[in-house]
Amino acid sequence: MKKAIAELKASRRLLAEYHYEPAKIERGYAGQTLYINLSDKTIKAKTVTQQMKDIFIGGKGFGLWYLWNAVRPDTKWNDPENEIIISSGPIGGITQYPGSGKSLVVTISPLTHSVMDSNVGGYFGPYLKFSGWDALEIQGKAEKDVCILIDGDTGKVTIEEIDIDHSASHLLSEQLTAMLAETEKDKQNVSIVSTGSGAEHTLIGLLNFSFYDRRRKMVRLKQAGRGGIGTVFRDKKLVALAVRYSSLTGRSNNPADQATITKTGVKLSREINKFDDSQFRMRQIGTANLMTAMNDYDLLPVHNFKYGSHEDGIKISSEVFRNRFTQNMPDGCWVGCALSCCKAVDGFTLKSGPFKGEKVLVDGPEYENAAGLGANCGIFDPDYIIEANFYCDTYGIDTISTGTLIAFIMECYENGILNKDITGGLEMNFGNKDAAMALIHQMGQGSGFGRIAGLGVRRMKQIFSVEYGAEFAFLQDIGMENKGLEYSQYQAKESLAQQGGYGMTNKGPQHDEAWLIFMDMVNKQLPTFEKKAEALHYFPMFRTWFGLQGLCKLPWNDIIPEGNSETESPEKIPEHVQNYVAIFNAVTGKNIDKEEMIRQSERVYNFQRVFNLRLGYGTRKHDAVPYRAVGPVTIEEYESRAKRYDHQLKEDAGINPVAMSTSDKVQAMRKYREEQYEKLVDVVYKRRGWTTNGVPKLETLQDLGIDFPEVVEVVKENL
Amino acid sequence: MKIVGKNEIKCTLCGNCETICSIYYFKGDNWEKSSIRVEEISADPGVDIRVCNQCGKCVDVCPALALSRNKKGTVILNKKGCIGCFNCVGICPAGAMFWQENLVEPFKCIACSRCTKECPTEAIFMQEV
Repeated sequence: MKKAIAELKASRRLLAEYHYEPAKIERGYAGQTLYINLSDKTIKAKTVTQQMKDIFIGGKGFGLWYLWNAVRPDTKWNDPENEIIISSGPIGGITQYPGSGKSLVVTISPLTHSVMDSNVGGYFGPYLKFSGWDALEIQGKAEKDVCILIDGDTGKVTIEEIDIDHSASHLLSEQLTAMLAETEKDKQNVSIVSTGSGAEHTLIGLLNFSFYDRRRKMVRLKQAGRGGIGTVFRDKKLVALAVRYSSLTGRSNNPADQATITKTGVKLSREINKFDDSQFRMRQIGTANLMTAMNDYDLLPVHNFKYGSHEDGIKISSEVFRNRFTQNMPDGCWVGCALSCCKAVDGFTLKSGPFKGEKVLVDGPEYENAAGLGANCGIFDPDYIIEANFYCDTYGIDTISTGTLIAFIMECYENGILNKDITGGLEMNFGNKDAAMALIHQMGQGSGFGRIAGLGVRRMKQIFSVEYGAEFAFLQDIGMENKGLEYSQYQAKESLAQQGGYGMTNKGPQHDEAWLIFMDMVNKQLPTFEKKAEALHYFPMFRTWFGLQGLCKLPWNDIIPEGNSETESPEKIPEHVQNYVAIFNAVTGKNIDKEEMIRQSERVYNFQRVFNLRLGYGTRKHDAVPYRAVGPVTIEEYESRAKRYDHQLKEDAGINPVAMSTSDKVQAMRKYREEQYEKLVDVVYKRRGWTTNGVPKLETLQDLGIDFPEVVEVVKENL
Repeated sequence: MKIVGKNEIKCTLCGNCETICSIYYFKGDNWEKSSIRVEEISADPGVDIRVCNQCGKCVDVCPALALSRNKKGTVILNKKGCIGCFNCVGICPAGAMFWQENLVEPFKCIACSRCTKECPTEAIFMQEV
């Protein structure tokens, strides 16, 4: 329910206040971080040490380091000592190079019970830094619902109670922005972090990071979606975080060498302007540009990842979404991003739920939402996808987990594991968009079967097996989660490297570590195990680097420079790698090369792996993947691609399928593919400097300079 | 709307236009800070003159709403509102939105006509479009 702004202002009740002198940014760092404990209302500054800058860099690195120091090996996600840490990074907040406004959020996840990191756009991270803080670290739990407000203009941090409805994140962000802005124009200087009612009722709660769209004159939301961070947020009784900073300029980050940054940024902007329309059309369709290609290459998840394409795929093709998105808008989630991929549907009329009949702005759909909420659930209806996208965001639930878990429920329903008695009347067949939408509302509002669904695939497997007598092994095969996190939306069956890219991740199966499908399956650039292992070392490390800096990955390879195909390693986009090296050096005044860039990531990546070990995870068994991600589980799946699989049995596995039953072929294929996966795990661990059990070796830690006594101790316990 | 028109065949590369522009707007004779650029090229007619034709594509991409048309239709940059992203430089089809490494904001021709008055050969001139 919307309140008048004056009424909101009048309801503010101050619980704690802290004044500070906003630090001057030096070479990308504010030099201090903000610590807040909600239990005892402590607010204090911490100094950023040289060691933090050298080893952990910023962003995810800072988050992991603070979390490591905050928790014990037995800390659970809902223990008060668990923290939520938000940090951008030294490059975060520059306006000249596309994709430079990301924030990284770190916490212990309610889904995986281990370390989670999620990256997100919106203005919060850069504004936080320019307000004087390289990171915000929130520990403890408040007694009642509270907001944290940071005013970077006056140097004031407050913890406040505000009487505001927090069930719908889009309204909450809009109202708090209006409450904090002094004028209409001032709204651009405010960013809000919030979630919605779904974060209280599920384990898949997300955080929305806002920015004010100056053209549309509306608040937009970008999502730190993965791993239930919003659930932790609400468990701490946080309603919202807000930052206000009104002095943004092109030089707020005070870099060592502005000219190099501008020169490199202008070069990339020109490249985008020249080639984007003929390459990926990010400026027209955003990441939804992938929809058509994924369906064409049999990579789009359909019916809980059973298949990779569908004849109705055309109904939710890239072009369909292009026509829904408002065109010719500078849609950057941080000011100045020329790639401009954060598309929006304007004036969308909702057909269901608490806002039925209202016209709203919908941020997205991104590829993941269209693929997961749509194709994976057998729903090929763009209007459903847009509406589901809107409600997931405003309820504060992760669209990726939502898509994957509804698809899982649908397959269970079609197999008779679930029925209408269990689902409370919802007919959860593939393609039933009304039932799917009803379930989203239930998750968002904490009612009916939504309370079970919102626990995620891993817990549903237990419940369906224990309470409804389902065969656990089958649920294990079709339940698309690893480490407790739901899969993101790529069909990995025909790419062994991508299977590993999902399985051997630190946080769970999210494509931000390794997206090797095209390289492996379509372009055939990784024909040997050694090449796959090298790719599963290099790319996760390279992509980790973005999360240390406050950068977005998309301007790296969603625009390809001229002459790239003639380079030695076109898959790495060498010219863009060099851009990043140049920008890092220009911001910080350091002098790294592309090898040191990877070492920076290796330090943090291995530290995160050890952190997983410390919390009781991080070994080989936790990198196991559901067989649905590897090959055909069922006879119908095998038969749907029989020619392909028969050919592979004969040519790759050396088994003549002619006289075999489909059931035998499924078994033979499974044996072959599972062996291949284990072989891949062996070579990747070796390449990463880990034992065969996936534990970083002591010499690896020494070589990287992260052999701190407490890190070595954890590793020794696991050797 | 008035723009600076050009007839490159007539240009002698004397550089008077760059001088007057940079002196007037940046208080120094420095072609790198001129909003009109002349240079020798190998293709016919041997000279390239780059100056804004006021097409307005930059207005559409400016995330800070710092670029707009004035009453006469000329595209103007409000330096106070500019956040220095240089998207306008990247998108300019005429290559006539300029930047210089010591400046936070880009700069462009506002059709003031000073350079045309200094051109000895009428290679540049004010033109109504």
